[in-house]
Amino acid sequence: MTEILIKNGFVIDPLNNINCQKMDIAIKDGKIVEKVNEREAKVIDASGLTVMAGGVDIHSHIAGSEVNIGRMLRPDDHVKDVVRKTALTRSGTGYSIPSTYVTGYRYSKMGYTTVMNPSMAAMKAKHAHEELNDIPLIDKAVFTLLGDWWVALETIAKGDLEECARHIAWMIRATRSYAIKIVNPGGLESWGFGRNVHSLDDEVPNFSLTPRDIITGMAKVNAMLNMPHTIHLHTNNLGIPGNYKTTIETMQALESVYKGDKPVGHITHIQFSSFAGDNWAHFKSGAAEIANYLNAHNHMTIDIGQVTFADTTTMTADGPFEFSLYELGGHNKWVNSDVETESSGGIIPFHFKKKNAVNAIQWSIGLELSLMIKDPWKVSMTTDHPNGGPFYHYPRVFAWLYSRKAREATLKKCNKKAQRKSLLPTLDREYTLYELAIITRAGTAKALGLKNKGHLGIGADADVAIYNINPETTDIAQNYKPVRKAFSNAIYTIKDGEIVVKDKEIIAIRPGRTMWLDVQTKEPYRINEEMKRKFKEYWTVEFDNYPVTDHYIKVPEKITIQASV
Amino acid sequence: MITITPKRKFDVPIQAACINVDVFTGKTLNEIKKLAITEGKENLTLDDAFDLTEDKTLETPNITLTGDFSKVKRIGQGMKTGEIIINGNVGMHTGEKLAGGKIVINGNSDGWTGSEMKKGLIEIHGDAGDYTASPFRGNSAGMKGGLITVDGNVGSNVGCYLQGGTIKIKGSAGRFLGHHMSDGTIYVEKNCASRAGTFMTGGKIIINGTVELLMPTFTIDSIKPKVKVDATQNAQGPFYVFLGDIAERGTGKIFALKTTNPELATYEKYL
Repeated sequence: MTEILIKNGFVIDPLNNINCQKMDIAIKDGKIVEKVNEREAKVIDASGLTVMAGGVDIHSHIAGSEVNIGRMLRPDDHVKDVVRKTALTRSGTGYSIPSTYVTGYRYSKMGYTTVMNPSMAAMKAKHAHEELNDIPLIDKAVFTLLGDWWVALETIAKGDLEECARHIAWMIRATRSYAIKIVNPGGLESWGFGRNVHSLDDEVPNFSLTPRDIITGMAKVNAMLNMPHTIHLHTNNLGIPGNYKTTIETMQALESVYKGDKPVGHITHIQFSSFAGDNWAHFKSGAAEIANYLNAHNHMTIDIGQVTFADTTTMTADGPFEFSLYELGGHNKWVNSDVETESSGGIIPFHFKKKNAVNAIQWSIGLELSLMIKDPWKVSMTTDHPNGGPFYHYPRVFAWLYSRKAREATLKKCNKKAQRKSLLPTLDREYTLYELAIITRAGTAKALGLKNKGHLGIGADADVAIYNINPETTDIAQNYKPVRKAFSNAIYTIKDGEIVVKDKEIIAIRPGRTMWLDVQTKEPYRINEEMKRKFKEYWTVEFDNYPVTDHYIKVPEKITIQASV
Repeated sequence: MITITPKRKFDVPIQAACINVDVFTGKTLNEIKKLAITEGKENLTLDDAFDLTEDKTLETPNITLTGDFSKVKRIGQGMKTGEIIINGNVGMHTGEKLAGGKIVINGNSDGWTGSEMKKGLIEIHGDAGDYTASPFRGNSAGMKGGLITVDGNVGSNVGCYLQGGTIKIKGSAGRFLGHHMSDGTIYVEKNCASRAGTFMTGGKIIINGTVELLMPTFTIDSIKPKVKVDATQNAQGPFYVFLGDIAERGTGKIFALKTTNPELATYEKYL
């Protein structure tokens, strides 16, 4: 394997406390090493450029059945953004739901090298993995939807968390997944009966338990299994005015699980869960309340789910929420489904407009949260691709965060009512490049428990992004446009020690790895007759066809962890 | 005026969105000749496939196309000003997203003519194909304004998702006329095939000939002696007025001429 030496770049590596230091980064055999032989290594002159670890995205819907159905639903989306093939790259379509290859290319051009696909029903796992195989240039992992899985609900209702943990460990292995995803706990099960839950203490039909039991139970199970990531939680009442109260209650419920060391929960796309006001007419931001809570507590991490004003396609496992969006958004074409014993799902196109008061306030909420939560290590930057906007709009979000001028320019074009309600004019904070590196790679990798990602220390994966930003001479807050442009197109992206993007063009294609957890429980979990009987009765899939087998994953990276049960 | 004629017969479709007054304006003939088009997968320039001549004495029409253009797509796409005259048949997506100006077709037009147009005028002096004035697949934002007139017949799915503007058809219309329309007017002087106005929530469809099959989700409202087509034209009745599509809680109107539709008389008892 080739050796690479990146010379004289301004290195920003928050996990190793390196802030804009001029130093060299040496790469050998796909890893960062102490030094390489300068005469033999390929030398990249990075003087005047910013060097960061490859970006890590904690939440982006890039593969799986809902993404693919979204593609089928929206030929009008593809026609807007047709990508031609080149000698090296394949053709495809883009905009809100890019095809697999285009997804890989665009992430890589932005300097991102690791992406988490956050929502996958276990039944659809094989499809999701086949699609992930076709996304080149980035490492990825999936989170399995387990919050409304019948077996989990039954064992939590029984109060037997150890048994629940063993089931979950099996499920994580069977679906080759990385974390526990919980979406509207209890709500998805209720949706199978045309209902929803509206608070943490509503009873889930046919199970004598509440969303609160599911959330705390799952957080405890997550701790028992020593999972690298926390539970990945999409809150109840998402997308409903006044839901910030539910979000705070959810975080309060998790306080009891916190042992004082590492976070116990991750609330995803929290912008959609930070609405105040009683109804849409009195809709306003609940960002201050959420930020105050998070500033005072250390047991949670969040990602933003920023709105970027795009004609996008919303997709989530939260079927009831998508239905309310259908009612709200003028009866657009839509898809909604109930995934047997596991989950539900919904897809609907949605155009976020600056002139719409609610949309503009949503945009403001995302930024308010990012700016008001003081500790950047608690925050990850996402747009909940494609729900808030496509992932390649990230540089716009960066600009709004590091430049007050950029925020004001956009706010001026927004709905007047939204402008009056926005807290942004009162917020002076501007992110530094160091903080930006935290919310896009270092902090994200830390929240995910990825030890070899998000930093450039010795032994880390050689995933590096080099941007055309000179932190010494550029005032990023004033000249936000060139910096935004630099972030949308990295000069170099290095993936596992191979240069894949050079001078903003893709020059090499390599498959990314799929990371998955092999959770070793003390007492090995065995599928008993009872479980097989349930499969016969409740699932449409035979038990033997259910687990994902090894040949479904092209380049697997198995991470073995020892559970404490 | 630029005159364009095909050099040969085309076998595969040509994408020629550059044949557009906005694009031609301010360019010399030689520059225009070098504009990029594609023929199938081949990248060509305009003069590889067409003969171009310039007549500086004539201002309007700005572009005249003479010959068989039935394989040439996207002529006048997104045009804002100016006039194009086509003497011959023309291919798909002509005048798509038209934002002003005028396109005259002395021949037949193919699918998606005037698709998603906002303003301007398209005159078709022959037949028009399927999906005339309808948005492209999957899109739910149709024609918003302007006028399309057709001297001949039109195909199916014409005026789908219509949001404004007027379509006047001197001949007959195919199935699913005004499917999903929410505003605007469609006037058919001859017959209309089945399922006109399915999913319509607003706007009006006026049919002077026979209505092949009226959807059961339409209910009779009244009988009117005449109806206004646009500022310059009224249609003489008497017309049965139907409201629908009830399945969509729509308030669209279908006007069906009483004299040509005796079988609709059964509805009269519900008045």
